[in-house]
Amino acid sequence: MKILSDERTKSVFEKLAKFIGGNIKLLIDRPDGKYCFREHKDRVYYMSQAILDLALSCNKEQLICAGTCFGKFTKTNKFRLHITALNYLAPYAQYKIWLKPSAEQQFLYGHHVLKSGMGRITENTPKNQGVVIFSMNDMPLGFGTSAKATADCKHADPIAIVCFNQGDIGEYIRNEDTLI
Amino acid sequence: MDILEDILQKEAKKSEKYKTTDVEKNVELELDLGNLLALDTNDLNLQELKSHKEKYLLNLARDNTQLLLNKLWDLPSERREDIVVAKLPAGTLRLPREKPCPKPKPLTKWQEYALEKGIKKKKKTNAVWDDIVQKWIPRFGYKKAELERQKDWVLEVPGNADPMEDQFAKKAEKKKEKVSKNEFQRLRNIAKAKKIKVPKEGLPSVANPSSDLLNTAAKVARVSTASLGKFQPKLPKEKTLKENVIAPKRVKRDHSKISSIDEKSSHLKIIDSILGKKPKLDIEKAVNRQVFQEQHERSEEKKTQKSKGGKKRRKTSIPSKARKGGKISKPRVGKVNTKKGKGGVGGGRKRR
Repeated sequence: MKILSDERTKSVFEKLAKFIGGNIKLLIDRPDGKYCFREHKDRVYYMSQAILDLALSCNKEQLICAGTCFGKFTKTNKFRLHITALNYLAPYAQYKIWLKPSAEQQFLYGHHVLKSGMGRITENTPKNQGVVIFSMNDMPLGFGTSAKATADCKHADPIAIVCFNQGDIGEYIRNEDTLI
Repeated sequence: MDILEDILQKEAKKSEKYKTTDVEKNVELELDLGNLLALDTNDLNLQELKSHKEKYLLNLARDNTQLLLNKLWDLPSERREDIVVAKLPAGTLRLPREKPCPKPKPLTKWQEYALEKGIKKKKKTNAVWDDIVQKWIPRFGYKKAELERQKDWVLEVPGNADPMEDQFAKKAEKKKEKVSKNEFQRLRNIAKAKKIKVPKEGLPSVANPSSDLLNTAAKVARVSTASLGKFQPKLPKEKTLKENVIAPKRVKRDHSKISSIDEKSSHLKIIDSILGKKPKLDIEKAVNRQVFQEQHERSEEKKTQKSKGGKKRRKTSIPSKARKGGKISKPRVGKVNTKKGKGGVGGGRKRR
């Protein structure tokens, strides 16, 4: 368990800000206790102080994970979000896309969201903005980046990609072994 | 008679004081006179040992020492300057060595490579037959060097070479290079074996530097300022360094030393800096916004017209289905959907 360096903290927050904007402050400044980000084997974990104290008593080599894994740093030092972070992204998401029930399966298999599969989209979503994807009954399914702004979506043809898949809950099965 | 008895009594007292030199043992001791060592393999008397331990052990030690000394007296002895001296035989017990075993010499870089590739050293003869001088000549050494000097009284100029070039100087230079390279490698091997960190001193000047070399050169140049490159502006596509080339001291941050309040405030500061970034003028975004606004206004207008016009206008302009939702973007989406079929209508309707 390492404390993130300033540079790394910055890249983590920049990524998170794409999805939840100013709501990151709510992740750090929580009324229900102290929460923090820690790095372990290039992966970033979010956990409460109580869990951190327990994790610190553990041998570094033998510790697999503690708290919630938010993502990992690639070999080129870029931060990549994991689907495990969805629990924290979904409630604070600023831009959302709702999927039609018929398109849910396609998305959960790792495909991008086509216009024909999009049920609703938050007004004023810009292009290349982090969006959280929900089913029609408001269950979070994953997250991605918008490929088109809301205004462009209206004119796009049904097979145009509206949102690039960056993570979906199907990964819990597909990438079971690498997802920690 | 009195005197005799007296003497006998005295002797008896003496013998009481001194214990006998004869000691009996069930199993004979293993004696190693060379090392002055006796090994007693007899069983201990457990009862005695439990009742009075110290006394029993002391007695046992005395008895065994007595046996050892008895054997020593059997050795041939001589008298030197009023002292009886015996020569000890060589010891039979193999004592463990005093110092730890020497570690194997660390392999040089070449030896490592040869081991990996399975290259074995071939024995070479000391002397080689030379056809020109018709003599056996050593492979190296002063005789070889002398002969070389005699043989190379003239050197051929290669066809593509500069005719004015000094071939002798060139050859000498080559030889010098070889020697210094060998010396460098020797020192490097020593440094490696002793785990000495060799400081990097600049970069080699190469005619065609590889991209790796150029990268390291750029990195070195980057951190070669008084502030170790802290205030150096970044190039647009410069790769971020995982670790510094000059390797400044790494500060390990201790969990216990950093309070959660400090951490939180530093995090909030970072977040503020991220969120407070001035957005760049995104032309696409601006155009999109403009388009959206125009559409919005137009549809508003239509709406107001609709409500004013009443039933008459409905027939001509908009199909009744699309009008149901009454949302801003309706008319356009409706048109698209009529082309592609009914399936798309639901999607269009729900969109905000």
